[in-house]
Amino acid sequence: MTCRMRADRTSSMAVLGIRVHPRDNVAVVAGDVQAGDVVRLADGAEVRAAEAIPRGSKVALGPIACGEAVIRYGEEIGKATEDIAAGEYVHRHNLAREI
Amino acid sequence: MSEDFVFEGWRRPDGRIGIRNHCLVLATVACATGVVREVWRRLPEVVAVEHAYGCGRGGPDLGLQVKTLAGLVQNPNVGAAVLVGLGCEVVSAALLKGALASSGKRVETVVIQEAGGSRKAADQAEALARRLLGELEELPRQRATAADLTVGLECGGSDTFSGLTANPAVGKATDRLVELGGTAILAETTEMIGALGPLLKSAESEEVAAKLKAKVERQEARARETLGPLADAVMAPGNVESGLTTIAEKSLGCITKGGSSPIREVVDYADRPGRKGLVVMDTPGYDVESMAGMAAAGAQAVLFTTGRGTPVGFPAVPVIKISSNSELFEAMPDDIDLDAGTILAGKSIDQVGEQILDLLLRVARSEKTRAEINGQAVFAIAQEGPAF
Repeated sequence: MTCRMRADRTSSMAVLGIRVHPRDNVAVVAGDVQAGDVVRLADGAEVRAAEAIPRGSKVALGPIACGEAVIRYGEEIGKATEDIAAGEYVHRHNLAREI
Repeated sequence: MSEDFVFEGWRRPDGRIGIRNHCLVLATVACATGVVREVWRRLPEVVAVEHAYGCGRGGPDLGLQVKTLAGLVQNPNVGAAVLVGLGCEVVSAALLKGALASSGKRVETVVIQEAGGSRKAADQAEALARRLLGELEELPRQRATAADLTVGLECGGSDTFSGLTANPAVGKATDRLVELGGTAILAETTEMIGALGPLLKSAESEEVAAKLKAKVERQEARARETLGPLADAVMAPGNVESGLTTIAEKSLGCITKGGSSPIREVVDYADRPGRKGLVVMDTPGYDVESMAGMAAAGAQAVLFTTGRGTPVGFPAVPVIKISSNSELFEAMPDDIDLDAGTILAGKSIDQVGEQILDLLLRVARSEKTRAEINGQAVFAIAQEGPAF
């Protein structure tokens, strides 16, 4: 009988995160992310996902306080509507912009 | 290759160059669409234009309709047109023909009530279209370059990758087109909301910046007024599903289609730009209406990016569909012309920008786009009542 190596979820594969501008405090994940996965940017910077994040969605690269600007493309895309921790999923539940 | 951006086009009486040589059969009013469709059934070589306008609206909207329909007939890809009216409508065949008098274009009219009904009107329009098609075949082609092109920029069904792959790659192609003397139209004012910072930096003059700011602020105010402070409906549900959260996020990705060229001019919906290079047109984000504005202004082709996938094409104007992700390219291969999702797999934005420019040249040299092959030709006009 041959034994296969056990897949270890916590050692986790790295998923590509795309940050466009150095000021950005979120990155877009290029693949589906599970809690505990590492999101790695092109410059080698890493953040560990705190929760599942669907492909194409945004991950917080650092803590973002409630009311603070969420930055993508080097520009404000809205404000955090609650405190966001590094590695958390950023979408409509915690980011909004009054038009 | 771009130094050799040369193709054979058709020179129109106003001097502009077409990359297609179409005969339009165009309804001047919704009531005439059945006849137009019948002519197209009998004679698929014509480009049928069907729509829901032409009567029953107030002055400003009817003005926009006449401007847009007349602009479409004047588009350089159109060699001749048969206008089919009903007879009692506001935007009649005679009125539209009058608006086209100075264009020098071959225009014939058919009026259903005068022809003796729909069947006889279809017979008349078919006979006229056959004659015009024959005349168009005789027109010689002439050497033309990128400087003869006006290209509309459009996105429809955006996702979070649109602003990372397809849109900036189109931006590179736009930069190259502008370097070569051509014109590109960045439209969709709704998708400039929240992106005024970078846009105003690109404005060539204070006058251009002021006009741009006024247009975007007006659209933002209308969105707030109609849709409420969070203006959720300003984005399509599919945008949000893909991970886009706010209109500013969508806009910042959208405007990268304009590349890094200075914005030379801001024009109203369906107005022809007076300047070459990158210009902005005030249009809704709703892509079919936006394309109608650019086609009426003379765009001979549209570069259209999509993340969710869309089949839409436009009458007489080739629409080049570029996917933001490779999954879409694989899922809807019959609708997408080029995959910019390869950028996520390591291709550079510059490389894909060159691919797009090369495809644009091939289309100018008569290669058919997927939307043309599929016979996709959807037409709608922006109206003064708010449209987002």
